[in-house]
Formats: sequence, C-alpha cells, structure tokens
Amino acid sequence: MPVSPEQVRHIAKLARIRMSDEELDRLLPELNNILGWVEQLEEVDTDGVEPLTAVIDLKLRLRDDVVTEGNIRDEVLANAPEAQHGFFAVPKVIE
Amino acid sequence: MTELISKTIAELRDGFRSGEFRAREIAESFNAAVAAARTLNAYTVETPEDARSAADAADKARGSGELLPLAGIPLGIKDLFATHGVDTTAGSRILKGFRPPYESTVSGNLRKAGAGMLGKLNMDEFAMGSSNETSTYGPVISPWRRKGSNVGLTPGGSSGGSACAVAAQIAPGATGTDTGGSIRQPAAFAGICGIKPTYGRCSRWGIVAFASSLDQAGPMAKSVRDCAILLEAMAGFDPKDSTSLDLPVPNWEASLSGDLRGKRVGIPKEYRIEGVPLEIDALWDRGIEWLKDAGATPVEISLPHTKYALPTYYIIAPAEASSNLARYDGVRYGLRVTGSDGLDGMYSATRSEGFGAEVKRRIMIGTYVLSAGFYDAYFTKAQKVRALIKRDFRKAFEQCDVILTPTAPSAAFGIGETTDPLAMYLNDVFAVPASLAGLPAMSVPGGVDDQGLPLGLHLIGKELDEQGVLNAGLAIEERAQFTARPEKWW
Amino acid sequence: MADAAAPFRIKGETGEWEVVVGLEVHAQVVSNAKLFSGAATTFGAEPNTQVSLVDAAMPGMLPVPNQECIRQAVRTGMALDAKVNKWSRFDRKNYFYADLPQGYQISQLYHPLIGEGELEILVDEKDESSGKRIGIERIHVEQDAGKLMHDQHATMSYVDLNRCGVALMEIVSRPDMRSPSEAGAYLRKLRSILRYVGSCDGNMEEGSMRADVNVSVRKPGEPLGTRTETKNVNSVRFVMAVVEHEAKRQVQLLEGGGKVDQETRLYDPDKNVTRSLRSKEDAHDYRYFPDPDLLPLELDDAFLEECRSTLPELPGAKCKRYEDLGITGYNAGVLTAEVETARWFDGLLEARAEPKQAANWVVAELFGALNRRGESIEESPVSPQQAAELLSLVADGTISGTIAKQVFEIMLESGQGAGQIVEERGLRQTSDTGAIDGEIDKILAANAEKVAEYKGGKPQLFGFFVGQVMKAMAGKANPKLVNERLRAKLD
Ligand SMILES: [Mg+2]
Ligand SMILES: [Zn+2]
Repeated sequence: MPVSPEQVRHIAKLARIRMSDEELDRLLPELNNILGWVEQLEEVDTDGVEPLTAVIDLKLRLRDDVVTEGNIRDEVLANAPEAQHGFFAVPKVIE
Repeated sequence: MTELISKTIAELRDGFRSGEFRAREIAESFNAAVAAARTLNAYTVETPEDARSAADAADKARGSGELLPLAGIPLGIKDLFATHGVDTTAGSRILKGFRPPYESTVSGNLRKAGAGMLGKLNMDEFAMGSSNETSTYGPVISPWRRKGSNVGLTPGGSSGGSACAVAAQIAPGATGTDTGGSIRQPAAFAGICGIKPTYGRCSRWGIVAFASSLDQAGPMAKSVRDCAILLEAMAGFDPKDSTSLDLPVPNWEASLSGDLRGKRVGIPKEYRIEGVPLEIDALWDRGIEWLKDAGATPVEISLPHTKYALPTYYIIAPAEASSNLARYDGVRYGLRVTGSDGLDGMYSATRSEGFGAEVKRRIMIGTYVLSAGFYDAYFTKAQKVRALIKRDFRKAFEQCDVILTPTAPSAAFGIGETTDPLAMYLNDVFAVPASLAGLPAMSVPGGVDDQGLPLGLHLIGKELDEQGVLNAGLAIEERAQFTARPEKWW
Repeated sequence: MADAAAPFRIKGETGEWEVVVGLEVHAQVVSNAKLFSGAATTFGAEPNTQVSLVDAAMPGMLPVPNQECIRQAVRTGMALDAKVNKWSRFDRKNYFYADLPQGYQISQLYHPLIGEGELEILVDEKDESSGKRIGIERIHVEQDAGKLMHDQHATMSYVDLNRCGVALMEIVSRPDMRSPSEAGAYLRKLRSILRYVGSCDGNMEEGSMRADVNVSVRKPGEPLGTRTETKNVNSVRFVMAVVEHEAKRQVQLLEGGGKVDQETRLYDPDKNVTRSLRSKEDAHDYRYFPDPDLLPLELDDAFLEECRSTLPELPGAKCKRYEDLGITGYNAGVLTAEVETARWFDGLLEARAEPKQAANWVVAELFGALNRRGESIEESPVSPQQAAELLSLVADGTISGTIAKQVFEIMLESGQGAGQIVEERGLRQTSDTGAIDGEIDKILAANAEKVAEYKGGKPQLFGFFVGQVMKAMAGKANPKLVNERLRAKLD
C-alpha cells in the first residue's frame, strides 16, 4: 500500500530529519516507487524459513572482564562541536 | 617517472627490493601524479608526507633484509576508513573536519605491512551510491571517456575515488569497501581489479558503518596478483570485531595459479536478464571460453531467487543504515546545526543539513521498514529471502567451484545521466546476491565496449575460497589481455 | 501488626479499588569493565574519563560482549529459579537522546538471556504466614545510558558518558503485586538476593538499582486497567510511595469520569508526586531489530555448570537451615535478610557457638550495641570468633549473663578478648560456698528485722536477700548456689 504524506512526516520525525513540504513532495513518489518495488518479495514463499541475521555461522566470542580502555577524555572530546569542563554540551534538555 | 606510476604493486615491490629504484622515488612520483590530477576529484585529502616518511623508512630498512611485505608501496585509502589524525568523513558533510583519534584495523594492517598513505579517497556519501555523485565533495570524474567524447563519466561507486585513482595511476592500489557491489562495480567501470572477500575476513573495526551485516573491505588494484598481495595484508582476525573470522590468512599470492583443470565454473541462468547490452552477454560468453581454455568445465546452474536479491538488499541495507547513522547527531563530533527548539531541533537541523539526499532517502526507507506494523512485512520477510538466497548458492556450489557472471549491467555512464534512484540501484543487480550471502567475489576487466569503455567479469566463490576466485580471475586476466588505458586528458 | 490476609484496597466514592503493580528493575551488574567495551565501571570518576571510543559511539566502533556480565546475569537467573536460555540474542532499541551516543541501546527484546522465574516474598517480615510468590517474566542484559546534567549552565545541558555502556540486568516481574508493601517487600527481597549472588551491589543511592513502577487500578475481579510506568524510582520507600500515590491518582481520575493514559511518568520525591513525561512519549517507536554487529549468544553446559557451582547458599535455604538448628523463625529471618549479617552469623556458628543462644545474643545484644554505635555489622569491633568465646564463657558458667553484658561492653571499647577481660578483672563467677555463706551471714545479720518479717510470712522478701548477696559479691556469685544457701539458712 502506498505511503501517505502523514506517514512520511512521522518517519522523518522518528529519524530526526527535518523535512520541508518541497522535500516531502519530492520524496513521497520516490519512496512509494522504491517500496512498491521491494514489495515484490511478497511473491516469495518463505514459510518455515528462518530469518537470516548473521551471514557467517560463528559463535559469539566473549571478552574477559578487564579494564583495557579509558582515561582518554581529551581524545573523546577533541571532535566535539561544544565541550565544556570535560563534558559534551548540548542545547538544554527539559525533562 | 611515468614508468613508475604505470607499474603494478608486484613490479614496484620487486623493483624496490632489487634496488632498481628507491621507495622515495615511488612515493614522489605518485605524490606528483596525485597533485597533477586534482581535476579528477579522486582525493579528499592528500597526505604526501605520510607516503614520503613510509618510503624513507622502507629505504632505510632495505639491505637489512628484514623488509615488510608492502615496504615502499604507497596506497590510497577510501575515506570510509578511520585514519589517525587525518580527516575521515565518509564523503559526508555531517562528518566535516572529523579527525579520528584511532586508526581502522585494515588501514592499520596496511601500515604495519609497511605501506604509506597517499591520501583519502572520495566516495559516495556513507558508501551509498553507485556513481560517486552523492559525495559532499562532488563527483569523482572517471579518467575514461567515450570515444570522441569529452562528457564526464562516473567511475562507479561507492568506491569511485579508489577506482579512479588506480585507473588514472595516481595510486598503485587502494582500499575499497563493498556492501552491495561498491568495490566490484567501480572496478568494472574503471577497468581494474577489485575483490570483496568473505564476510568477516577483513575487520570492520574503524570503518564507518553503512550496513553492518554486509560491509566488507577489500583491495582495488591493476592486477589480480596485486589484489592478492593487498588482501593478504588487509585481512586477519580482529578480536575488536565480533563478526571477524578467527582464521589464519592464506598465502593467496603464493598460491596463485591460472590452471583451472578439474574446476567447474557455474553459469547462473537467472543472470541473463532483459535490457542488458549485447556486448555484456558477449563478454560473458568470451569469459566462459577463456575459463574453458584454462581447463575448467562450464556448468549451467540455477540461483532461483536472484531477481529478489536487490529488493531484499534495499530493505536490509537501509534498515541497518538507519540505525548505524543515528550516531550522527551533532553531539560528539562532526557538524552541529542548532535549530529552533532545543535538543530535538538541533538533531533534525544537523541531520537534515548534514546528510545528502540519497542518505536521507535510505534512512527514511530503513526507518519505515523497521517501524511498528511494517517490521515483519518488510524486514523479517527480507531476512527470510536472504536466507533463501544464501541457500541457492549453497546448492549451486554442490555443482561448481566458482561462478562467472558479468559485474555490472552496463559500462560507465555519464555524470548526471542517471537521476532515478531505482535505475541507479539496478547497477548492482549482479553484485548484490554475493553480498547478501557473504561470499567472496571479484571483478576483473574483460574488454571494452564499442565506446571504448571497460567492462568487467565477475567471479563468485565459495565461503572462504578467495583463492578459487583469484585463480579464476587470473585465468581471465591472462587471456583477456586487457591493456586498454585511459588517455591522459587531465 | 497489619493482618496480611486483609487485601490492600483504595476506598473511592464508587467503592473499593484494587491496585495492580509490576516492577521492571534495572540492576547494575558488578563487573570491572563495561558490557561491550573495556572502560571501567567504578562510580564517581571524573566526567568522561571512563569512556572508550566504543562508549562514545565513534564512527566504526564495534561492541564485544563482556563474559563476566553474561555470567552474573545467568547466576542471577539461576538464583531466581529462572529458565536460562542457552541461545539468546542482542537487539537494538532505537531512539534519540543526548545520553545515548549510538542512537540506540543494545538490549534483548526478542530472545532474552533469562526466561521465567519467581521470587518468594514475606509481605510482613514479622508474619511468616504472609508469604507470597511473585512471578519473574524475564531478565535481559542491556547497556546503561550516560548522565545528563541540566543545572550546570543556563542554556546548555552537560553530558557525562562514564556510565554509558555499563551492564544492566533488567528484571521484569509479572503484575503480581497488589499493594505498596508487596512492592516494597519484592524490591527488598530482590535486592537481598542480588547481593547474596554478588551480581549487583544493590546500592540504590548510587543508582545501582532503579525500578520502573507499573501501576494500574481496577475494581476487584475486573480485568486489568490501563497502566502507567513511573521510571527510575531509586529507593524502596519511593517505590511504595509511587504505588500509593499513583493508585490514588488513577482512582480519582477514573471516578472523575476521566481515563488513564498509558504513559511514562516521573516521580518527584520532594513534592511526592508523579508527573507525565510527554517529552519521551511523542515518538514511541523503538524499531527493535537484531544487532548486526553481534552474533547470537550461545552458552555451553560447562559455562552454565560453572555459574551454578559458584552460587552461594541463598536466604531461603539459609533461613531453613537456621530454623533446623533450633533458631526461631523470626531470628532466622532477621539473620538472613542481609548477606553481611548472615556471613557474620555463619562465622559465629563456625566458631562453635550454640545456635539458639548465639542467635538471641546477635539479635538482642550485638544489634543493640551496633545501633548505639551507629556501626554496620561489617564494622563490628567484635569478631565472630571473639563473640563465640564470650558466649562459651556464659555457656560453661564461667561468667553470668549479667557479667557477660559488662564484658561485652569492655570488648567493644578495648577490642580485648572475653577470656582475657574476665581473668584480668577477676570476673569469674564464684561457686565457693564458704565465701557465699560468709556474705549471706553478713547480709542476714545486717537485716535482722527483714529476716523476722520473712519468717513472719513475707516470702517475697527472698528475692531481696538474693539481690543483696549478689550485689555484695559484685554479681560474681553463682546465682544458683546463692539461692540454695539462702534457703538452707532461712527456711
Ligand atoms: Mg522499562
Ligand atoms: Zn531497560
């Protein structure tokens, strides 16, 4: 089923992407085009097929509980658009 | 120095070792070539000093006998690889000015092997594209041109800068990454070799993530042998990557052999599709003949779910990307645009101005297919079809040892010629199935079309059988005698 | 004493309401390093000093799980008789917030590490008949978020990522609780078990344990009402307050013709109110999907066996063992409530103290003294071995109970051993009949008229004479002998 402008707005909000009406008008047909195209998967019979999440059959390795990193605050903050007193600073959050 | 930049990595390595020329000469000739080729827009950052100092270290080391495998070889590094202290932006405005305090495992492995860095290579933004037109630095221009035309062509993508650099001889080799054809399609467009190893061979640590279950690094170079040399240095187990294969790295170069006697080459009938130029089918047939000549037996195989690979990919890759790219929020690095209303305003302002159109498009698709009410219909369904595609290959490899197909459904197209996203996605129709199945796959130049543009042949191997892929690639390389080079116009 | 049988009800205009409570407890796993990185977890470090490149979600960084965090979660599940899933998986929970660098939390939605279990609580410690089983729905392992500070700057909030990526166990109960006290008892018991297991330090002040309190109300017998979730409540008292307050609020709302919105709320301890947290409401679609950076987590039998074999004796079993030793149910309950107390008491038993007497002494004397001195049992100046010595001196009659109290006081002050004190200060109880007779004669002589009264038919004066003799002998006379000799002389 085609996506509505409202849905696109909702998705854009979820993805934190600001979208002007012009952008939305451009994107809407593109999205519907692409989604309509991927919907051909409905033809495929997947009854009893396990969804593939990992492409290699490996067992998850676990790390030992040792401290190997840290005390690199300068590196961690070096690229921050705004850092103050050893913190990242962001526009005030009202909870 | 032109003769130096035209050499393969193997030739440079051997010439350097035998004392025919010094590493410093190699570095300087490439540095000079890089500086002289800015019109191509292949490099986002040039690091001549890095190449120079690695070369000087190599020259010092020579004679000591203890030479590193890539001593004296300068390389181009795709901008997707984090390079310590050197701008790493994944071709995106949102990462402008980001200088990682760390080095990706793969580029680090190349350095440990003695290689120097010529610079960072342009690419489609976050590796999303097949033409290198989505980069915030503007498109890379292919050194190739159609006969009698000066229309700018794309080098393919997303590793377009890498393909361009090798083809234009402003790097003897380069790193690429391949999520759904991003090494192989540009390699085909640029008339060079490129291999994507089995998923898990190369560590993903320090490579800016696009789609984690698909991303793999691999080399792009002039020859099959050069690819083997580079891949040996790039690959290897990395405890920092939970999906890294804990296996020794084979001696791919030493085991290279174009003798395919006793090998069966699978020819998937589903890859003969509508609208593919006759020249490409013709090249495919020539490829089959070449492999026969090398001693292999062609067998027709079936990969029934081939036509569903692209739609599957365009659900899974955007879904993973929508989550992987959530970290670009203007808080810890990169671009920040303060918006109207507080934190959320900053998020959406930063992300809408920091991401380009294609990246936003894919984030939107990915967010949609994961969102409440659509997850099963799209994402879970795609994961199931992906399982079937992997199963197709398993079955097929019971009848054959390696699979031969064309790499791309067309030769390089002009910059700005493809505007419809869907048409652009179709570039990877032959490349994507191997990505979904995590299999090693390679593109080798096979010939040129009637416009004089390169066309590639595509080899897909069994899990972990990079050697089988490289050997079949070598057999083609030896017979295709692909000597065409772009005429220098830049 | 509240009768546990009488159900908790909220009286509204339209009649009585039942409150239904479920808790999601986030318990910080005790580990040196974080769940997916090698950064330290210690509390109170300088801002952003315990942050790895992974925790800061730098481009291209990847998670690698910490074995100890998985191990502790599995041991916790075993302690709660829960099903341990040998195959589980990590999922991404996607949302944007300044304390969440990745833009997603790695958690477990579809295949949690631990499945169903249960926890037996005593709604009223003093009433052994107030037992109740609370169902555990699941325990999953996930990353903690960073910390935001809003009061440091006029227009900015500050972000500290030290805590970001620390391992949490989210322990999700069934909606089986029906009153504030049940919720309190559940949280207390859960905390006690986590501390026995050693998987969480239970330190609620430092946020090592926080509860999301799900509350709904209904008329008894009716189907479940709409619930609200009050997030990150960080003390037993507050949890009980939230249940109380939220239930009343909902009753008023419903009786006023309104309806309860399923929403996230925040508790304000100063005002003792909860308020809606709409900020997080508007985009409530987390888009969970399996984390493609991680593979399924598969546990082998050897691992599970190691987890099981390192489980300590848990409060339930310990309590039962104490009762079998003749200790009263109440004392056994008190002694096993906190792992430190149980550890101390087990030390006392190992030093061969007589269980019943030892239990009475710890609950009455030791606790009394420690309360007075404002010390925890771990800080007790008297060790289990020293206490055992003191108790044995009473048991074998070397000193009387009264003297024992004095000796204990001296032990607390001086740290000396009981035996030494008794010897140095000559506090041994005397059974020397000669000495006792001597004192008795003096007392009787000095109180001739009282003796006359006694003989004249005032038997209650007998105690007076005993007291005088004991006093004269500084409490050291064997009370039994004093009685015997007095009777011999008076009757
Ligand atoms: Mg919760
Ligand atoms: Zn949680």
